[in-house]
Amino acid sequence: MPQVSLTVNGRSHTAEIEGRTLLVELLRENMGLTGTHVGCDTSQCGACVVHVDGESVKSCTMLAIQANGAAVTTIEGIAESDGTLHPMQAMFREHHALQCGFCTPGMVMSAIDLVQMHPEGLTEDQIRHGLEGNLCRCTGYHNIVKAIAAAWPIMHGKELPLAAE
Amino acid sequence: MYDFNYTKPSSIPEAVQALGADMEAKALAGGQTFIPVLKQRLNKPTVIVDLSELGLRGIAADDKTVTIGAMTTHHQIESSPDVQRLVPGLAKMAALIGDTQVRHRGTMGGSLANNDPSACYPAAVLALGATIHTDHRSIAADDYFQGMFTTALEPGELITAIEFPVAEKSNYEKFRNPASRYAMVGVFVAKTAAHGVRVAITGAGQGGVFRHTAMEEALAKDFSPEAITGIITPADGLNGDIHASPEYRAHLIGVMARRAVAAA
Ligand SMILES: Cc1cc2nc3c(=O)[nH]c(=O)nc-3n(C[C@H](O)[C@H](O)[C@H](O)COP(=O)(O)OP(=O)(O)OC[C@H]3O[C@@H](n4cnc5c(N)ncnc54)[C@H](O)[C@@H]3O)c2cc1C
Ligand code: FES
Ligand code: FES
Repeated sequence: MPQVSLTVNGRSHTAEIEGRTLLVELLRENMGLTGTHVGCDTSQCGACVVHVDGESVKSCTMLAIQANGAAVTTIEGIAESDGTLHPMQAMFREHHALQCGFCTPGMVMSAIDLVQMHPEGLTEDQIRHGLEGNLCRCTGYHNIVKAIAAAWPIMHGKELPLAAE
Repeated sequence: MYDFNYTKPSSIPEAVQALGADMEAKALAGGQTFIPVLKQRLNKPTVIVDLSELGLRGIAADDKTVTIGAMTTHHQIESSPDVQRLVPGLAKMAALIGDTQVRHRGTMGGSLANNDPSACYPAAVLALGATIHTDHRSIAADDYFQGMFTTALEPGELITAIEFPVAEKSNYEKFRNPASRYAMVGVFVAKTAAHGVRVAITGAGQGGVFRHTAMEEALAKDFSPEAITGIITPADGLNGDIHASPEYRAHLIGVMARRAVAAA
């Protein structure tokens, strides 16, 4: 069986896996990191989004073996070690950006990548389009958009030039 | 998903050898089409040949051409200053594919090898008259697309790069299926030194991507939305499904083409 070695949330991990093992299966079943969810398993919903070498990807649509040698970050790896929430998590809480919470890990991981990709600023329209790969059945998205706009200044240490309403 | 063996060759000859040695071997690029296919057990490869370490990622440009490595991702294409400047319609197209996460993994080579009738890149490749380079030959866009999910590629043949001419004009307008985000109708208009004005339609034809010659002739004389306002696209040969009838797709072709020309 192929062997995969990767770093997950800063810790290195090596496992013998079947070739067909998905990255999300490695994370959830082999490593017990069940914060990453599987909503659809058909590349649509984004509940499974993690960062691979800093880019957001759908971990249900990537083989674990394709992440060999990569650095993976999951929802479990973004708060500080003393438990202080990542600004995106804090703003999701502040703005009530979740209801059942099923989509939230993927939303937060996509949102962090979106904010990082746009140091120049982010409009409401860009936030809404930036979430095209993430579905939420509860919130109607409005508070998620607010939370992301609120996290932008904290993550970039300056005011948001084109504030979302 | 059925299990398979996995190999990640580090040179093109090794990859070609691995694919040629076994009829059931399959190439893996970004996996955004192929992994869903495997999950549905529509394909049962013995060995998967990962193309990620063949050095096929990257974009090179001069004043006449932009050459894009087969493993270059949609995200790299949309954010390339060279593509934005020299073939802006192609950068816009890449930015409209799927969502950010799909664009981080999906590649141009994978999309063109697959030739989904609703995929976006076939329209750009055909309208711009691009050249598909493979491990052993070069194929003109006009010869490459051979019907839905069918191309001129031989079994085991690898796309290595796609060479686009610098465009005088290029633009893409897409009416996306809101659920799948693929094109229900996509229209690419281009004007290049070598091929003049071309209009390619994706998402609509039963045989996959096709050129709209009536619009091309009108736009060659007068590159304006008014020049094609009177052109009726026949619904014969267009797709009909739960999303749109052939007649509606024919109508959308006109609307998307006029928008594409207006903003090109
Ligand atoms: C949610 C979602 C939305 C999408 N929306 C769109 C959209 O709006 N428009 C659009 O155009 N596409 C869309 N796609 C498809 C996406 O663009 C895929 O990335 C693309 O079709 C396949 O590229 P890939 O790199 O992922 O290839 P893979 O899935 O890895 O491979 C696809 C096929 O091509 C073969 N192949 C791959 N690379 C090569 C090569 N270099 N030479 C020869 N054969 C090769 C493989 O063997 C396989 O058969 C979407 C996909 C998803 C999941
Ligand atoms: S579980 Fe991966 S996109 Fe839905
Ligand atoms: S909070 Fe329930 S799916 Fe988003």
